[in-house]
Amino acid sequence: MAPTNKRTKRIRVLPGFKLTLGFTLFYLGLIVIIPLSAVFWETSSLSWHDFWHTITMPIALASYRLTFGASFLAAVVNAVFGFIVAWVLVRYHFFGKKLVDALVDLPFALPTAVAGITLATLYSKAGWIGQWLEPLGIKVANTQIGVFVALTFIGLPFIVRTVQPILEDLDPELEEAAASLGANRWQIFWRVILPMVMPALLTGFALAFARALGEYGSVIFIAGNIPLKTQITPVVIMGELDMFDYAKATAIAEVMLVTSFAMLLSVNVLQWWANRHNTTSLA
Amino acid sequence: MIPVATTLRAAQAQRRSTTEPPVVRRLLIGVALAFLSLFLFMPLISVFLQAFAKGLGFYFTTITDPMAWSAIKLTCIASGIAVPLNCVFGVCAAWTIAKFDFRGKNILLTLIDLPFSVSPVISGLIYVLVFGAQGWLGLYLRADHPWLPWLANWLNDHDIKIIFAVPGIVLATIFVTFPFVARELIPLMQAQGRTEEEAARVLGANGWQTFWRVTLPNIKWGLLYGVILCTARAVGEFGAVSVVSGKIRGQTNTVPLHIEALYDDYNFTGAFAVASLLALLALVTLGLKTWIEHVAVEK
Repeated sequence: MAPTNKRTKRIRVLPGFKLTLGFTLFYLGLIVIIPLSAVFWETSSLSWHDFWHTITMPIALASYRLTFGASFLAAVVNAVFGFIVAWVLVRYHFFGKKLVDALVDLPFALPTAVAGITLATLYSKAGWIGQWLEPLGIKVANTQIGVFVALTFIGLPFIVRTVQPILEDLDPELEEAAASLGANRWQIFWRVILPMVMPALLTGFALAFARALGEYGSVIFIAGNIPLKTQITPVVIMGELDMFDYAKATAIAEVMLVTSFAMLLSVNVLQWWANRHNTTSLA
Repeated sequence: MIPVATTLRAAQAQRRSTTEPPVVRRLLIGVALAFLSLFLFMPLISVFLQAFAKGLGFYFTTITDPMAWSAIKLTCIASGIAVPLNCVFGVCAAWTIAKFDFRGKNILLTLIDLPFSVSPVISGLIYVLVFGAQGWLGLYLRADHPWLPWLANWLNDHDIKIIFAVPGIVLATIFVTFPFVARELIPLMQAQGRTEEEAARVLGANGWQTFWRVTLPNIKWGLLYGVILCTARAVGEFGAVSVVSGKIRGQTNTVPLHIEALYDDYNFTGAFAVASLLALLALVTLGLKTWIEHVAVEK
């Protein structure tokens, strides 16, 4: 019996487990884990007092406020308009819909530096959009509004692409059932459709927010990077690096890293919740 | 007669409750298109119009400039190394995760996604901390009694530089494009399961034959999709590369860094001319992406 047993085992288990797992862990360690741990290593050379002093410098505090505020606002605007875009793409027919659908991913595909110089030019005093806003007293280039505009651009696809598949899969019978029970369109939207889409909308919001927190290339050209006013946190890190002050740069980077890991965790929890929510509501 | 009228009215009420009136529909389409015009279409059109603002002659002089060529070459080198490496990694990681059961799989999945949640500037910074003159490598090279003295001597003698040189740019590009292929392939291979590979093995195929003849044909569209996204990001990476490059013109400037240099010199038309190349590549990327999605749906 022994040889047969050995044979069935050999056939059932596919080859390459040790090789692929080994290479995966080696490459992950070499490229991601070891270099990332250097951040925590570097800051461990600072005393707690120095660390705290660095991460609460006025220039750093101002940059956190701007980065978080503008990222949050951009994600809110994207949640509203991204939902409308997803809705229109799923439910209605209009000329050029397929082209529009494909172009929604442009902020993913367009290099951030290209987006940056383009937005800076469009919203400058003489730019296509800037020249109309200038007489109204709205300045975008070199102000905090500029940061918001750039972050809205890069966050746009996240909401559309998380909400769109959920809207497509929404069972029309649910809306018909609500209608036959006497609900009007507005009630159906608020009480039936929105609760079903909410987990996806929140996930998209969190993804757009997280992406905006770390964004650099598309922001720096339009923001003007004025200290205490329009400097986002990555620009502050860059400034410290340019002065070869690695300890300071790393301390601020650690604040950002911990924040984005917390965001990653909450996105995972949200997605888990969304999956559970979907299976229970369809069951 | 009355029942017919009632049914008609009921049907009308039903329609009113399951779709929006035409006015609302047109309004919503209008709002969506206005928002997209402001944030997508206008920037896209403006890149190409600005690029040709000084005519075709200026455009071609700018993009055939030696500095521009050296930037294009460096971008091709960095992407040409980063994309195949991450491709091999992606296939390996997906094979391990989809075809076998082991503890800690979820932790591994999270760790693979990690580079996506790291700011590009920090992605560059970590390599400066490891390989910079003040970093771990610098400490190692200056140590009186280093481990592996021959390695330290060899590095010192050959003046190997990683930061502010090409290897650093390659490493930063690998880091920022790390998860692309893996995250495309893992869900795909998990959904496909392992029965086909097991059948191939039972019929006598060896491991490589199973991979080349069974797995690869099944995952080829997903793999291509991942490679396209990976390439787009590798070519366009700006933040991480700008930290490690040192921005020496003609030597360590990639295409996005060259655009920044032109823009900072107030050569706006030149910057947009080079940017239009990357914008064109982005459009090709979107086209290929849409085509693959179309093909995948038909299968």
